[in-house]
Amino acid sequence: MSQHVGSMRLRRRATGAGFYSTSSVLAVLFLAPLVWSLVSSFTGDRASDGHGPVGVANYQRLFAYGEGVATYLLNSAVVSTITVAGTLFVTVLAGYALARFQFPGKNILFMATLAILMIPHPTILVPLYTLLKAIGLQNNLVGVALVLIMFQLPFGLFMMRNAFESVPREFEEAALLDGLSNFGSLRRVLLRAVTPAMVTVGMFSFLASWNEFLAPLIFLSDSSKFTLPIALVAFRSSNFDSVDFGALQAGIVISAIPCLIIFTLLQRHYVRGFASGALRG
Amino acid sequence: MTATATSRARSAAWKRRQRRLGLTYSSPAMAFVAVFFIIPLCLAAWMSLNDWPLIGTPTFNGGANYLAIGQNQLFLQSILFTVKWAVVTTVLFLFVALGIALLVQNARPGVGFFRTAFLLPAAVGLASCSLLFLGLYDNDFGPLDDLMHALGWPAGRIGFLDTGDAAFTWVMVMVMWRFAGFNMIIFLTGLQAIPTEVYEATRTDGANWWQTLRYVTLPMLRPTILLILVLSVTGGLLAFEPFYVITQGGPNNSTVTMVMSMFREAFTLFHLGNAAAIAITLMIVLVIVNALQFFFFREREERP
Repeated sequence: MSQHVGSMRLRRRATGAGFYSTSSVLAVLFLAPLVWSLVSSFTGDRASDGHGPVGVANYQRLFAYGEGVATYLLNSAVVSTITVAGTLFVTVLAGYALARFQFPGKNILFMATLAILMIPHPTILVPLYTLLKAIGLQNNLVGVALVLIMFQLPFGLFMMRNAFESVPREFEEAALLDGLSNFGSLRRVLLRAVTPAMVTVGMFSFLASWNEFLAPLIFLSDSSKFTLPIALVAFRSSNFDSVDFGALQAGIVISAIPCLIIFTLLQRHYVRGFASGALRG
Repeated sequence: MTATATSRARSAAWKRRQRRLGLTYSSPAMAFVAVFFIIPLCLAAWMSLNDWPLIGTPTFNGGANYLAIGQNQLFLQSILFTVKWAVVTTVLFLFVALGIALLVQNARPGVGFFRTAFLLPAAVGLASCSLLFLGLYDNDFGPLDDLMHALGWPAGRIGFLDTGDAAFTWVMVMVMWRFAGFNMIIFLTGLQAIPTEVYEATRTDGANWWQTLRYVTLPMLRPTILLILVLSVTGGLLAFEPFYVITQGGPNNSTVTMVMSMFREAFTLFHLGNAAAIAITLMIVLVIVNALQFFFFREREERP
């Protein structure tokens, strides 16, 4: 036994050097473009207006473009907030229903949600454009958010259903015995038990809605309604002969920062997922 | 007697309560699925059978939109390009992501940092990543051509996006960078589901690293490989952002994907009916392709 462990240690030390050198080279390749984007947004002649090596002129030009980056940031924030709140509201309620109750239409709801995964998004976006125009939600941030909630349903519903299923029924029964109404028991007792799943669903729907490109590109026609990714791509095409790359990199930095923050917070949930699988090595 | 009657009455009441609560709680989800998924899906089918202009009344034209697909040179050309793109990206993803996952699958000091580093690009939006690499590939602004010359690349202009083939390759590099970590995570989850005892048994049998990979790890990763196949074939066939942003379909329409040509049909030419016909065709093709992948992977799973 101890001999076996000893030989494993020896081998691990031998392969360790190979592991660290390969991983380090790869890590540089994966991180370099992000670092370069950040650095190039602050450096160069156009970033400093010719005064020294660094400056914020790229950001100033970006803020002056179109309706101003503040507008696009706000539009993106509106879409993301409605999408996250709406996704959580819909999937928490329906996840609870799927996990706990027998009701007509249960299987249909389940199958239809599964079908959302199998139908390509672009297929559904063309008729949605016509539909949103008919109900007056075309060129409207709320309309975009409603469509994005629909796209989040498969993942969110499965996550929430599984989360509720893993909560023992005694939880609610105890709450019911305490004389709470059913909705009260759901709210007070269960929500606390499924908070980790809600955090995951919320973060994923934030990343998806903040970064979504095709749906807002199709639905938003007014440049004052553009979300950040649409505005940045429009900015790239606005002056085709000479793309203002410095300002573009500044825009990429601004759009990436919230995602990288959320992502770092999400990392713990990934790690927990790994830990639940049998750890080896 | 009375006890059974009471319990029966109670269970009937419980059933009614279940139905009522279940329907109430799931009604928002049902409304979303109906209004934003089922109805648009039916509408897509109906639109595809009509001459549907952006403004004005639609007129039924039978299967004319589907027949028009055969005459649509841009779309036919985009099929070849997109299929090639989907096949090459999928094969590369399988090798690259599995390689990285095998590299970082074991717990070691610092392994968490490397996993995070590989996964980080996946947090940034695909459109932003495309714009980032557009800058990287620019000969004046980006450092990549200078770097490659410094590393011994033959002198002269490196036209990253000058030809269709060059653009294909360098957009591929961007997509690998953006998605390799995401696929790595899927592989890691699959690798961690393989019981430790299996590895111990093969080690006792004296299998070497390659034999373990070939006869133990890969067969047990079958469901994971299927998932990556389905995800990246679907993603590849529906590619839009990288080419829309980086090449804008050029040079000379050589990098137009199927979704891009559908987008042009709908929102540049305003032929919504034709676009819907392309959309329905795309959907049918994808359902068939994914069903085939499931079929072949299930089939072989039966045999030892």
